[in-house]
Amino acid sequence: MSWGQRSVISVPYLWLTLFFLVPFVIVFKISFSEMAYAIPPYTELLSWADQQLTVNLNIGNYFYLFTDDLYVRAYLSSIRIAAIATVICLIVAYPIAYTIARARPATRNALLMLVILPSWTSFLIRIYAWVGILKNNGLINNLLMWLGIIDQPIAMLNTEFAVYIGIVYAYLPFMVLPLYTNLMKLDKSLLEAAADLGAAPWKVFMTITLPLSKAGMIAGSMLVFIPAVGEFVIPDMLGGAETLMIGKVLWQEFFNNRDWPVASAVAIVMLLLLLLPITLFHRYQARELES
Amino acid sequence: MGNKVSSFGKVFLTLGFIFLYLPILILIVFSFNESKLVTVWAGFSTKWYGELLQDSQMLGAAWMSFKIAFLAASAAVVLGTMASIIMVRMGQFKGKVAFTSMITAPLVMPEVITGLSLLLLFVAMAQTLGWPAGRGMLTIWIAHVTFCTAFVAVVVSSRLREMDASLEEAARDLGAPPWKVFFLITLPIIAPALMSGWLLAFTLSLDDLVIASFVSGPGSTTLPMVVYSSVRLGLSPKINALATIIVLLASTGVLMAWWLARRAETQSVKLPTHH
Repeated sequence: MSWGQRSVISVPYLWLTLFFLVPFVIVFKISFSEMAYAIPPYTELLSWADQQLTVNLNIGNYFYLFTDDLYVRAYLSSIRIAAIATVICLIVAYPIAYTIARARPATRNALLMLVILPSWTSFLIRIYAWVGILKNNGLINNLLMWLGIIDQPIAMLNTEFAVYIGIVYAYLPFMVLPLYTNLMKLDKSLLEAAADLGAAPWKVFMTITLPLSKAGMIAGSMLVFIPAVGEFVIPDMLGGAETLMIGKVLWQEFFNNRDWPVASAVAIVMLLLLLLPITLFHRYQARELES
Repeated sequence: MGNKVSSFGKVFLTLGFIFLYLPILILIVFSFNESKLVTVWAGFSTKWYGELLQDSQMLGAAWMSFKIAFLAASAAVVLGTMASIIMVRMGQFKGKVAFTSMITAPLVMPEVITGLSLLLLFVAMAQTLGWPAGRGMLTIWIAHVTFCTAFVAVVVSSRLREMDASLEEAARDLGAPPWKVFFLITLPIIAPALMSGWLLAFTLSLDDLVIASFVSGPGSTTLPMVVYSSVRLGLSPKINALATIIVLLASTGVLMAWWLARRAETQSVKLPTHH
């Protein structure tokens, strides 16, 4: 490898190692320290006094996470909410991606553009839009009451239902894109062959299209599921007090309780839970990046 | 497959677009509402735009966000392009698996984890190295460059893979040094992808609330942070006005970039006929 090549590799390599990899090591380290009223607000793991090196490993934070009911419930409900939202996203996105992939090339580009365009406007503001729609005196309730269908507003904001809407709304394009890319690569001759041999359209779809689009479905699902597990803005703005999500718990632990070590332990456990889906996503993405 | 599927598809597509665009449309409509109530129509007015333009805190934060987004996107394009060349053109080398993991993981990493981990890094660095001395624009910039690089790398590497490598080979065979091949052959061909990557990074940076909240310090409030604290206090038509401006700017920018990229693409397809 030449000197030039080596220097091209080293710049992004060093940047990502320093600002992406090393931070995780530090989070791991601080998850074993104790909260302290100091700057920074945690105790050191290593101390040197009287020619003695003392290592203070505090596993209390992890112990605390598994004894306090709040954290276990928050992890489980985050995974459940993210999984359900991912499935809804997949069901909504598949027909959209499928239709776009089968459109004429000129329309195809425009349709794809229309799917992506909303994600270029502020995420925060798109979630904010749903607050006005779902509120008790919001647009849906006002409309239904005006039509005389209901006479009491239905509580939609600050519920788990609103969180599902928020996740599906915000992450839909991330599901459509990999599905579309995958469906575009589908070998058309297979579909034609099956149809020529007399297979019914639904059978062609079930036996050829659907199994061959597995990679796209996995990639899209991981792109939605993994960030949704740790989502903060959506449960904070649309969810209620009983909608427990771990991203929000971490945020509150850090910003409200100022307990950096517990927040770090929360992050480490979340990362461990997400390790399998992240590896799955990486395997797919690495194939895409290198092939 | 018959028309059955396509009419079903059309219905689904229409419903999908209504779902995607109706909330944004409602947001825009109510930015012109006379009343302070965001959900009850009380006549046309542009007063909220006037108030928005007088909100110095909002304007200051918007300017800060623009500066950070511009600088972060520019750096992310350089790093992301280098990363793409490493992944697509350099073959196997020691540590390549680790490298591609560091490129793909930020794409899905929950923002609270990225934010917390970077903050702890900056604190630890300040303690041991004395740098960065405080948290503010610089730390937000570093955080944004880091996650934007991954997105740029995805966009640029897909273009790099589609590109005809024989042009580069020809130039190399004729004795051009690698840097010359890159700047004279590769760069002009992948330029549209660099532009989309830059725009994507710019938007991602402009939009980020969670990571910036962790790594910012006093005196470095970004636009999403101001919007978030104002939204927590309740709905405000002023936010609707801001949303309208953002939607307008973003869609103009994206449509323009899309149009330019398509024009560049059709030109590059036509290229061989000039000979």
